[in-house]
Amino acid sequence: MFVYIIRRTIQSIPALIGIAVFSFILLHIVPGGPAQTLLGQHSTPQRIAAINRSLGLNKPLAVQFWVWFDNLLHGNFGYSYTFNQPVLKVIGQYLPHTLAIVLIAVVLSHLIAVVLGTIQGYFRNRWFDHVITTVVFFFWSMPVFWLAIMVILIFSIYLGWFPSGGINFADGGATGFFGYIDHAALPVLVLVLATVATWARFMRSSMIDSMLQDYIRTARSKGLSELSVVFKHALRNSLLPIITLFGLSIPTLFAGALVIELVFNYPGMGLLFWNAALQRDYPILLGIIMIIGLLTVVGNLLADVLYSLVDPRISYK
Amino acid sequence: MISQPTNSLIMDDPAAREEKPVRSRSWRAFWHHPLGMVGVIGIVSIVLFCFVGPLIYHASAYTTNITALMQAPSLRFPLGTDDLGRNYLARLMLGGQVSLIVGFAAAVASMAIGVTYGLISGLLGGTVDAVMMRIIDVLLTIPTLFVLLFLDAVFQPNALLLTLILAITSWFGVTRLVRSEVLSIKERDYVEASKAFGASNWHIMLRELLPNVMGTVMVATIFQVAGSIIAIATLSFLGLGLPAPQPNWGEMLSTSMSYMFQDAWWLIYPPGIALLWTLLSINFISEALQNAIDSRL
Repeated sequence: MFVYIIRRTIQSIPALIGIAVFSFILLHIVPGGPAQTLLGQHSTPQRIAAINRSLGLNKPLAVQFWVWFDNLLHGNFGYSYTFNQPVLKVIGQYLPHTLAIVLIAVVLSHLIAVVLGTIQGYFRNRWFDHVITTVVFFFWSMPVFWLAIMVILIFSIYLGWFPSGGINFADGGATGFFGYIDHAALPVLVLVLATVATWARFMRSSMIDSMLQDYIRTARSKGLSELSVVFKHALRNSLLPIITLFGLSIPTLFAGALVIELVFNYPGMGLLFWNAALQRDYPILLGIIMIIGLLTVVGNLLADVLYSLVDPRISYK
Repeated sequence: MISQPTNSLIMDDPAAREEKPVRSRSWRAFWHHPLGMVGVIGIVSIVLFCFVGPLIYHASAYTTNITALMQAPSLRFPLGTDDLGRNYLARLMLGGQVSLIVGFAAAVASMAIGVTYGLISGLLGGTVDAVMMRIIDVLLTIPTLFVLLFLDAVFQPNALLLTLILAITSWFGVTRLVRSEVLSIKERDYVEASKAFGASNWHIMLRELLPNVMGTVMVATIFQVAGSIIAIATLSFLGLGLPAPQPNWGEMLSTSMSYMFQDAWWLIYPPGIALLWTLLSINFISEALQNAIDSRL
């Protein structure tokens, strides 16, 4: 078991290096390269040449990559010229706000999807299944920003229950825990609505698969109650594939969070990314892409390890 | 959106393999599926609206009327006017054109890359396959929307460049599907026979493998059209899509958000409904197509 975890961890190293290579390529397609980026409007050919020399950018590409990669390994993701701070420090200020809404949304969305999918899978092709399938299909087709607009219209403008955004930590606009909850409620709701459809569809088909298995017939013929058959036997096994799906859906979650943060003006990584894109702050942009890549790799790793823990059929060899 | 794994075209039933008009049978299954019909009608109507509409309804989408800013729908302006006094119905029609053309072109281009990559990887196998698939694994961990925004910020693209960027960032999924099908198809007798006759890899790829993965590829293409349209709308909504003044549903929605508190409902619902109409139709078609391909088994 322990060996399996170690081996699986080592296997994810090429993926991490791959993300680094990818980001390096992205950085080098920027017109003018990193020096131009660092200098921004203050760039002159002399300054660019000086920076290129000091960063070693006049060396062969392979050497450049090594220098850059070495910096990454030491936690140096570059320097943001709009914030005048190291990239990692800036991201560190914004990431927790994004993680907060993403994590809450993921938990809620999974709970709802599991309940819906289980009932749908059990009452397959009955009216409940048809109604939910149709509703889920609608939500599944909606772009995240459209969901956000609708949620603001309904809960903020027509009902007036929650603010449509404008959380601000600097001037104390959202004071205390409840102020935060108040402002995070709608972003979380949108993210739940945007993700629950995929998971409910998946859960439904997973549940249908489980219900057709032999062990369900065995459980029934043992005379177990229907509740026990569904929850103890079918549901447990249907949950397994969801774990893998979660690992794969991390980039989608952050993409959803990006759009939502912009619509609600919520100070997370998405808003940071957008502002950086408008100001052409490439080190921040690349830093965020890399951090999400890293989180995805780690998420997939955790999902695999978790899967191996809960599914005894997986061999650790 | 995460695409459901599509069922393959593998026909294990010998009777089905003998019978010739397999293709026409799955087409019939497609048309008999209620969602297929609804989807086709939906997409045809939106294409007519966007491309034939402007030929019938001759109002300009660009002329600003300073005397008629933010007008509610009336006889003169069937869908009202926007904040610059431009005819909203005319803008709605034009706004779909770019999304539909770029969305479709990007999907086809993305499939071309993805299918080629998958065919080569699956057919060659061995170390080449392993390396090619590890590259795909890495690309799948890259957050696509963020990369799209990054490239958009760097290049400030026109429609053609946007098509290319969308295609380059979206072909990884179909590659996996195609490769896994190729792995099973290439063991079949007819491929073996072709090899025995000395057929080149190119011949096997184009003549034996490609026709047999087309069903999967078609479903994936339709999924990708929806994905590209969402991506274009999202980019425009975020203010980083195609340059003004060419209207776009995403950009129209982003403008109308500023007037949400002024009860300007005619600015919000039409582009949203048009977008949703398009996406639902496309998803209906892909659902029906998937069922039709399954039902051949």
